[in-house]
Amino acid sequence: MTANQWMQIIAYFVVLLVLAIPLGSYMAKVYENKPFFLSKWFGWLEKLIYRVCGVKAKQEMDWKGYALAMLLFNIVGGLILYAMERLQASLPLNPAGQSAVPPDLAFNTAISFITNTNWQFYGGETTMSYFTQMAGLAVHNFLCAASGMATLMALIRGVIRKETKFLGNFWVDMTRGTLYILLPLSLSFTVILIQQGCPQTFANTATATLVQPTSYDQPVTNAQGAPVTGKDGKPQMTHVTVTEQPISLGPVASQEAIKMLGTNGGGYFNVNSAHPYENPTPFTDFLELLAILLIPAALCFTFGAMVKDSRQGWAILAAMFLLLAPMMYLCGQQEQSGNPLLNKLTVGAHGEALGDGNMEGKETRFGIAGSIIWASVTTAASNGSVNSMHDSFTPLGGLVPMWMIMLGEVSFGGVGSGLYGMLAFVILAVFVAGLMVGRTPEYLGKKIQTYEMKMASIMILIPPLLVLVCTAVAVATGGAGTNNPGAHGFSELLYAFDSQSNNNGSAFAGLSGNTLYDLMGGAAMWFGRFWLAIPVLAMAGSLAQKKVVPESAGTLPTHTVLFVVMLTSTVIIVGALTFFPALALGPIVEHLKMIHP
Amino acid sequence: MTEHVKARKLFEGEITRKAILESFKKLGPLHMIKNPVMFTVYVGSILTTGLWLQALTGKGEAASGFIFAVSLWLWFTVIFANFAEAMAEGRGKAQADTLRKSRQEVKAKKLAKAEKDAKQTEILSGDLRKGDLILVEAGDFIAADGEAVVGIAMVDESAITGESAPVVRESGGDRSAVTGGTRVISDWLIVRVSSNPGESFLDRMISMVEGAKRQKTPNEIALNILLAALTIVFLIVCATLLPFSIYSVVASGAGKAVTVTVLAALFVCLAPTTIGGLLSAIGIAGMDRMIQANVIAMSGRAVEAAGDVDMLLLDKTGTITLGNRQATEFIPASDVDVKELAEAAQLSSLADETPEGRSIVVLAKEKYGLRGQEIHDLKATFVPFTAQTRMSGVDIGKRSIRKGAAESIEAYVKDQGGKYPEDVRRGVDSISRLGGTPLVVAQGKEVLGVIHLKDIVKGGIQERFAELRRMGIKTVMITGDNPLTAAAIAAEAGVDDFLAQATPEAKLKLIREAQAGGRLVAMAGDGTNDAPALAQADVAVAMNTGTQAAKEAGNMVDLDSNPTKLIEVVKIGKQLLMTRGSLTTFSIANDIAKYFAIIPAAFAVTYPELNALNIMRLATPQSAILSAVIFNAVIIVFLVPLALKGVKYRPASASHLLQRNFLVYGVGGLVVPFVGIKIIDLILVGLGLV
Repeated sequence: MTANQWMQIIAYFVVLLVLAIPLGSYMAKVYENKPFFLSKWFGWLEKLIYRVCGVKAKQEMDWKGYALAMLLFNIVGGLILYAMERLQASLPLNPAGQSAVPPDLAFNTAISFITNTNWQFYGGETTMSYFTQMAGLAVHNFLCAASGMATLMALIRGVIRKETKFLGNFWVDMTRGTLYILLPLSLSFTVILIQQGCPQTFANTATATLVQPTSYDQPVTNAQGAPVTGKDGKPQMTHVTVTEQPISLGPVASQEAIKMLGTNGGGYFNVNSAHPYENPTPFTDFLELLAILLIPAALCFTFGAMVKDSRQGWAILAAMFLLLAPMMYLCGQQEQSGNPLLNKLTVGAHGEALGDGNMEGKETRFGIAGSIIWASVTTAASNGSVNSMHDSFTPLGGLVPMWMIMLGEVSFGGVGSGLYGMLAFVILAVFVAGLMVGRTPEYLGKKIQTYEMKMASIMILIPPLLVLVCTAVAVATGGAGTNNPGAHGFSELLYAFDSQSNNNGSAFAGLSGNTLYDLMGGAAMWFGRFWLAIPVLAMAGSLAQKKVVPESAGTLPTHTVLFVVMLTSTVIIVGALTFFPALALGPIVEHLKMIHP
Repeated sequence: MTEHVKARKLFEGEITRKAILESFKKLGPLHMIKNPVMFTVYVGSILTTGLWLQALTGKGEAASGFIFAVSLWLWFTVIFANFAEAMAEGRGKAQADTLRKSRQEVKAKKLAKAEKDAKQTEILSGDLRKGDLILVEAGDFIAADGEAVVGIAMVDESAITGESAPVVRESGGDRSAVTGGTRVISDWLIVRVSSNPGESFLDRMISMVEGAKRQKTPNEIALNILLAALTIVFLIVCATLLPFSIYSVVASGAGKAVTVTVLAALFVCLAPTTIGGLLSAIGIAGMDRMIQANVIAMSGRAVEAAGDVDMLLLDKTGTITLGNRQATEFIPASDVDVKELAEAAQLSSLADETPEGRSIVVLAKEKYGLRGQEIHDLKATFVPFTAQTRMSGVDIGKRSIRKGAAESIEAYVKDQGGKYPEDVRRGVDSISRLGGTPLVVAQGKEVLGVIHLKDIVKGGIQERFAELRRMGIKTVMITGDNPLTAAAIAAEAGVDDFLAQATPEAKLKLIREAQAGGRLVAMAGDGTNDAPALAQADVAVAMNTGTQAAKEAGNMVDLDSNPTKLIEVVKIGKQLLMTRGSLTTFSIANDIAKYFAIIPAAFAVTYPELNALNIMRLATPQSAILSAVIFNAVIIVFLVPLALKGVKYRPASASHLLQRNFLVYGVGGLVVPFVGIKIIDLILVGLGLV
């Protein structure tokens, strides 16, 4: 890797840490219902919301009540979103006259946005109306993020409380998380993005007349969209000349801010953050990158503050960093080395080699460094936005984002969901480590027993099960829609279901959707989100009822370097053991073929 | 601490032979289904056997020889796991049999009612029933466990405890329990039998070790869930590999899809068979180690809880201090010379073989240069201690010297018209206040003075407590002494805390409070008044010499009646959990190497490029797969000794233990299979088998 890349990476993590520490302790105050400056100014609004919605803020819920509220809220939200997509043609704010979204796609998209996945089998500017984008998608970007954090808070309360069954009030956690965390952060970020050049308008698509008309040959297609073959057996072509370019606009900045902060990742435009209106400058690129990991990193400090032991938060953050950093290096190193087959070619005007790494699918504005940091960070967190096309990475460079998702979105992960996923691995690591020191395992004074192991096992079992089974169904039915043959096509399919099952939402590009993929992906996203969130709450309920075992020399410390290493190895080994065969048949063999042609 | 552990050779011929037979008997599906991990291997074995039979007809998916070899080794994997379990059960049974043999059939004198003169019938001990009354006279063996209802006697319990000094057993109070197999050496007792034949502790233990009643412990269940989850993951990994492989064949246009045989082999290698196969052996071996330490645990749950204990309640006497107090000072009455007192005390103790008596002789010799004399040379008659008189002494000519408890001597002196001096009374009181035991010495009707018998803290006990502290276990001394004395002894012994003037209620309260604070409490006890506390404690070790109530309340019985054994019990509990955890880590870490062996081999024809992952340079795809399967089976046998003996345990802090075990079993588990698989591959190639 180049010095430039190192500098960008180091600067990124330093600034992230500096921002995450204060945000973390601020969020602890929000969820511990302590007073702070925003609650003084907007406390009336919070109370008003409770009164209007009929929420009894003082009334806490047990795990079942909390889970029921969370599920109902998301199901109703999903249904409204589905209806909105289907009816958008007759709803306001549709200057471009977008027609109704087809049912399977609307289903996939609705689930995608309530599960914090933001998988997009559609192009935003060509499918969704302004209304759907703003009132539907952007709103759910807030709500599913707040819902993830609320679930995490219930788990943390389960850890710190003793001998109670109450875990807090879901509606209060939702309201406070949205009102005091997501809204203020998004608002500030939106203003910066608008200043930097993101559009924020209801105006219709603008049209620009090209200074120089462009023309090209295009295959003729029949009604089904298949190419028509002529009498000579070759595809029939037609000549097209383009003189005008439509430029899509809309309320972009407001959606962009929460898309990054809430680890949602669903782009306003088809090409996501590679689009100059979503990501206009290198400065916004850096800020958007920070926004991806900001809340997931800060939640580690929130956790430390709430369990009254900041070392615990640091330990988890360290493990998350250890999972990400080497992969980011691998990605950078591979992309910078480029494709040895192409490197050998002399393609320059003066016979020089191509060299300088693999730039295919990357924005020249961001270069290799900007692209690889984004690719690894967006998949470490369950963000899934892209500023380069992962499909065009070198095989091992492309393995990195795939691998980061395969770890189960626990290295930072989604807001809330990343940390609760990581805590499931902590419980697994604590269990094995606890046995190794000869004691019934315990974490932060709570004994880890059969029930917790059941729940943690479900959480660790579900995502790989979804990824492998969906991919297997896709390849068994012929693996339609891939853009490339061979191992790379397999990678495209694997990536698609990896991304959806783990609620990431980034795409390996290349793969086009169909009804089967829409429905299967929708199911994978649903189970990947809620079949993890429900065991989390069940575990929280069980932990809350336990006594706290006092700490002693016989207690396994969970803040030491040794434990961080143990936790990191647990995540890697579970991931590696589950996905090694699949990776071997995808990116690994592709890489081997490339270096030994 | 006593070393009662009877070392048993790991692979005794007889046990091993039986275990081998047993491992085949256990192949029935009803037995196999109890262990989900091994059951999947079992199904894999049947599946590959079917594939082999199919191959024999010429329509197989691969060469029949290869399928046969894989199938054979999958069967071995199952059998080896059964063998591990059978070995553990066999050793437990052998241990139980030894104990059972120690009890012989004896004749008992059954009484019609609880009176010595009641009608007697001769009966065999095996025919005694709960509630029967038996008379045991001097020289008789006590025929069954029971409770003394009438009488007082000296009982030799050396057969069970190994202690040669006889103990007093009397009706009523805390010393009423008697154990079958011990012998009355003086006086007589009427005993009410407390258990039917086949229901004694020994019998309960035997039935538990014999497996039928063994229930899974909480941590074992939790671990089973984790292992089952991992097994499901690997099942899916292997099942989905088939469509992946078919797709890859189409995509690359080369080779053919991976065979079911190879997938079954891969699955068995990945599934946590090492720990899955050894899990029940580890549990049984844990109970067995308890038995070897002469502790009978009533349940596996109790053994496991022992590892979690973080607070130990220890009785002062016999645990922290020597059970027998030692003479440290002679305090003469006002007009008596200290030498005279010392001489009289020594003479009275010459024939007294108790440790207290000996310590008086030694003190007189060391402090006043009085040489011990032979009792025969003095033509003296020794008056032994009896439970009724509560004093002992010697008659030499006209001199009759007595020593004993203050009240007894006072009564003795006053009987002869003597006076009990006030300064002696004060001396007695001050010794009592300091927690010591005063022994008053009298010659004729004259009181000579007081001997101060003091608690002596056991040698090395301080280090044991420091050890426990490093393990994170808090020690609390329980004593009836006043707080001042208790504090002094506590400080000397180095315990963390003490409970002075302990009443049964105070003990119970202490335990409840500790448990409310999340602690797990272990204690040892023997008296009826210990029973409530024993019932409340998480790990309660009742002394075999204790009362029936105490034994019923506890969840373990120490046959040696050695309260220090608690520390060993904790150790065995920890070792049990550590063995499970370490072997789980080892088992999972093993999988990495197996992938590097099998994946390149499985796809050798589709993607020959994947041979770059064959970092062990295994000879052929077949040898690679076979080597991995063989390694996976053989490692179970190699680890049987570890499962039976338990991983090494040294008292240390949790982080220290984790570091060690993580390195040995985690990193070791990563490296060992690379070496092992390579060696097996070399052997297979050397023998020309592949």
